[in-house]
Amino acid sequence: MRLAIFADIHANRQAFSACLEAARAQGSERIVLLGDYVGYGADPEWAVDTVMDLVEQGALALRGNHDQAIGTSSETMNAEAQAAIEWTRGRLSAAQRRFLAELPMTIREEDRLYVHAEASQPSRWRYVRNANDAAHSLMATDAHVSFCGHIHQPAMYSMSAAAKMTSFIPTARVPVQMLSGRQWLVVLGSVGQPRDHNAAASFAIYDTKRREVTYHRVPYDVEAAAQQIRANGLPLWLADRLRVGR
Amino acid sequence: MREPPIRPGAVIDGFVIGECVHRGGMALLWSVTHPDIATPLLMKVPRVSEGEDPAAIVSFEMEQMILPRLSGSHVPACFGTGDFARQPYVVIERIPGDTLYRRLNELPLGYAEAAAIIGQIAVALADLHRQNVIHHDIKPSSIMFRATGEAVLIDFGLSHHNQLPDLLQEEFRLPYGTAPYMAPERLLGRRDDPRSDLFSLGVLAYFFTTGVRPFGETETLRGMRRRLWRDPYPPRKLRPDYPPWLQESVLRCLEIEPVWRHPTAAQLAFDLGHPDQVKLTGRAEKLERDPLRTVLRRRFNRGLTLEAPPKSDVAAHLASSPIVAIAIDLDEASEELSQALRVSAERILATLPSARLACLNVLRLKRLALDRTLDEQGHNKHIDRLVRLRHWATPLKLGEDRLSVHVLEAVDPASAILEFAAASQVDHILIGARQHSLARNILGSVSAKVAADAACSVTVVRPPLRTQGSG
Repeated sequence: MRLAIFADIHANRQAFSACLEAARAQGSERIVLLGDYVGYGADPEWAVDTVMDLVEQGALALRGNHDQAIGTSSETMNAEAQAAIEWTRGRLSAAQRRFLAELPMTIREEDRLYVHAEASQPSRWRYVRNANDAAHSLMATDAHVSFCGHIHQPAMYSMSAAAKMTSFIPTARVPVQMLSGRQWLVVLGSVGQPRDHNAAASFAIYDTKRREVTYHRVPYDVEAAAQQIRANGLPLWLADRLRVGR
Repeated sequence: MREPPIRPGAVIDGFVIGECVHRGGMALLWSVTHPDIATPLLMKVPRVSEGEDPAAIVSFEMEQMILPRLSGSHVPACFGTGDFARQPYVVIERIPGDTLYRRLNELPLGYAEAAAIIGQIAVALADLHRQNVIHHDIKPSSIMFRATGEAVLIDFGLSHHNQLPDLLQEEFRLPYGTAPYMAPERLLGRRDDPRSDLFSLGVLAYFFTTGVRPFGETETLRGMRRRLWRDPYPPRKLRPDYPPWLQESVLRCLEIEPVWRHPTAAQLAFDLGHPDQVKLTGRAEKLERDPLRTVLRRRFNRGLTLEAPPKSDVAAHLASSPIVAIAIDLDEASEELSQALRVSAERILATLPSARLACLNVLRLKRLALDRTLDEQGHNKHIDRLVRLRHWATPLKLGEDRLSVHVLEAVDPASAILEFAAASQVDHILIGARQHSLARNILGSVSAKVAADAACSVTVVRPPLRTQGSG
């Protein structure tokens, strides 16, 4: 089965539509959504509706920190993120807000674990910045492969049976086999707000039979997404950063 | 749920186990067959029982990832892998014959034979590097030859794939590999420079031509680190008749700093294929090692011995060091076309300081008449053209190590250019469009045939368009 995995959509309709289309073209049979559907971007209603539809059709969806902040404000967010959350809250219906609040923090499926930030303390929303952070997450689970997002920069970590770590920045379109002798943490790039100096939207395909992860980059209409952010009076930097991918 | 242990007659994923043909330190090799595969096959199975070196496992994982991605005649084809969840193995094409290790008792080899062997290995390395893989264990026992003469690289357990996780990068504190052949930068933790393979090939070349290993057989880290500052004895000191061009090439491979080696394996292969075009520097004539003050400067140069430069990209490195061939028609080309070709070459060479330029001219042989190499005035046509090619290239002001000139004697110019390009691993051909339509109508367009049939990029150059005068 080919899973299409998306993280950090952030209400970017243009990017998410382009990624869904690209995933279909890649023959994806199932969708996994790692959270943060809203915040930053200008089309939260559409984003949440789309996620609700996908879940109805069998997709798995997790809760991210921005999704949680719609219901419970968080002190850890920066001013721009906070401003976008306040704005978003007013745009969403009660049903949409309830949907976000009830999403699970982690999902375990066969030998895979899905979590928004990392597995050791999912509700602390800690970033996986390096092999050490990755080791914490991997030690907290016996899943063969964990998938997470949150940091908006693609990376792959593995831990051998002797707890030795390796880290790697994946190359788009090059499949990487999740060798069975070790545990893997696959950190997704962001669909709606890439921060690895590449403006193209990011998602990944996991082929469960071949045990191969392939990252993909999808160019989308960045200008339209940025324009929508400006037109809605959201902080200008949220529009500008989409162009430079950071 | 483990599979039955591997023994003759057992069947694993359709592969029927035959005899065990090799018991190595890290793995066993079994001959296997498969009803659907005609190629002779080997199954490589890691030693993973308790007490085995964990390096054996990680190396095996690397091979398992890399082998299925490789293609071409310079690597064994891969037919299947099995992972640690069941029975770990890789099934590869069985290359008949022995590795180069078998020839160690014949050393030193003759220069011509050794140069041919090294050239074949360089061609194989160029092909591997183009696939984003650095071998990292080039030594006689990693090299075999097909009946057709092509070198085949085996054993990818220490290799680095630029687009896959490097499981060896952080696994071991000490650099892992074969001590006598290991490049100095490996001792500093660098695993992403394809020129490390050129150093190992230089060690092999030195060994095969002198019978002596340039850095001895030391296995200690302390002994290995000496190569970060101490250069080997020049081969000419050991064999006074050592050809200068060969010493130039071998010592260049053994440069401590990767940047002083050949930029790419393809460029090394080019030199080995054209000994008369190798630019001889001080290396060629050296009889002694570097003076002590140089060695001490290197010894205490912290930049060289301690820091690892930032990660490099294998593909970008190769792309920055192409071999560019430029075909120059000395008979027909107008001065304008000749200038246009020079301008095109200049642009490429200015952007890519590691690119090298091979200037070609085809001396047409007549199909029937017996050709004479001397013209009516008694000049040697071949030499005359070499001189004119050099003259053409003078304004480019290229260092001798970036320029070579070649006169190809052939009946069919396009085929001659294409053959040269294929044999010399040319990345890009520049060729002028034929000007006179009459000649083109009769003879056909050389540039069109080259552009259509070349395996590399071809740029067809024309002089700048000028507006036609009226009337």
